[in-house]
Amino acid sequence: MWTWFYKLASPPYVYGAAAALAPWFLGLAVLTIGYGLVAGLVFAPPDYQQGDAFRIIYVHAPSAWMSLFSYTSMAIAGAIALIWRIKMGHAVAAASAPIGASFTLLALVTGSLWGRPMWGTYWAWDPRLTSELILLFLYVGVMSLRPAFEDPARGDRAAALLGIVGAVNVPIIHYSVQWWNSLHQGATVAKLGKPSMPGSMLLPLLSMLVGFMLFYGAVLCMRVQGEVLNRERQAKWVREAIKS
Amino acid sequence: MNVGTFEAFTLVVRRELCLSFRRPDQLLQPLVFFLIVTTLFPLGLSLQLSLLRDMAPGVLWVAALLSSLLSLDALFKSDADDGTLEQLALSGQGLTLIVVAKTFAHWLVTGVALVLVSPVVATALGIPGSAFATMMLSLGLGTLTLSWLGAIGAGLTVGLRRGNVLLSLIVLPLAMPLLIFGAGATDRALSGVSPLGALYFLAALCVFTCTLAPFAATAALRISLE
Repeated sequence: MWTWFYKLASPPYVYGAAAALAPWFLGLAVLTIGYGLVAGLVFAPPDYQQGDAFRIIYVHAPSAWMSLFSYTSMAIAGAIALIWRIKMGHAVAAASAPIGASFTLLALVTGSLWGRPMWGTYWAWDPRLTSELILLFLYVGVMSLRPAFEDPARGDRAAALLGIVGAVNVPIIHYSVQWWNSLHQGATVAKLGKPSMPGSMLLPLLSMLVGFMLFYGAVLCMRVQGEVLNRERQAKWVREAIKS
Repeated sequence: MNVGTFEAFTLVVRRELCLSFRRPDQLLQPLVFFLIVTTLFPLGLSLQLSLLRDMAPGVLWVAALLSSLLSLDALFKSDADDGTLEQLALSGQGLTLIVVAKTFAHWLVTGVALVLVSPVVATALGIPGSAFATMMLSLGLGTLTLSWLGAIGAGLTVGLRRGNVLLSLIVLPLAMPLLIFGAGATDRALSGVSPLGALYFLAALCVFTCTLAPFAATAALRISLE
């Protein structure tokens, strides 16, 4: 029953699985993101308050969601690697961190671009934007700790531990930032609460969410291939895989 | 020789305290840094005491976080460099116990000292005496929590040659809730609102880190020591 789990410890298996999965993820991602973009940007009706400006939600919300999702998957991969001593977990965690950081940056940039027409300013100390910014700092911490060690195995484990500590802290940071905001700002600027959406707006958004996850999967598979090749560059199978 | 758990704890704490008091300059430096940073804000912002007072809790807390961070780098460093840490790890007592004792001793000489100096700085920033109790309590809880978070960071970076900046990079994002609740509590006491809510949050964070962080810090130290 657990054989599939043990197979994950074998670099050639992980490399092969990532290579096999990547095109599927990519193809499905192109389909769902394509549908979401066309339906969301062209066919969905404009918002009665925000007009066409709301359409940035089709990029903003999925990237904000993915920024948390990639952090969680990075921490889980690191935890698996620490607990069961599966080195491939570190490869997945190392591959996941830059993707997650990019999603976080994308969420921040689209959020501030959205803030310009809605709030009249690029940056407001909105709790969601602020906790997203702190999440970016957490990513930067993990990403700079790994290469700081001369011994890569040690850097891997240090980064995995920091990822787990950060994952425990993410909800605490999220709720304390919300508390801080309620303390400092009496009247909040245009709340970005989830309004009830008609299906023609919601369906493209859901499609974009699924598409972003598939895209993450595709990029993760490609990056994992690179990580595995780099980490196992002394191994015989790598030389054969590169030759063929 | 068989040493009990509590005895080992007090021995390590006493050793740490003894070492710190033999180097009084290292004790004083974070405090002086704390004073200098709080001096920078009035110089950079405004001399009006009323304006300053509105910002005082934040200024005080940011300065306290930075000065505590400054001393965290040394938490395991010298003991790791001369091999003492390895001997302690091999002593038969759990490494967690050693980490708890060292971090606790570190808080006693840095955090408590900061709490004791804070009324002076607070007066200079225009915080009235009525808010001192809240401020000192929140600083005490906050620096203890920060020592624990810092122990994780110090454990992770102890083997690195230039770990100081990295340590701040790792620990500061984790410490942001402390700043929010600590400065929030002081702010509320200043404006005459009950600060209990924020203090309870701070105490909860403190208990949470005190229970979990020792294990994370031990794991971090193990990674660096091996």
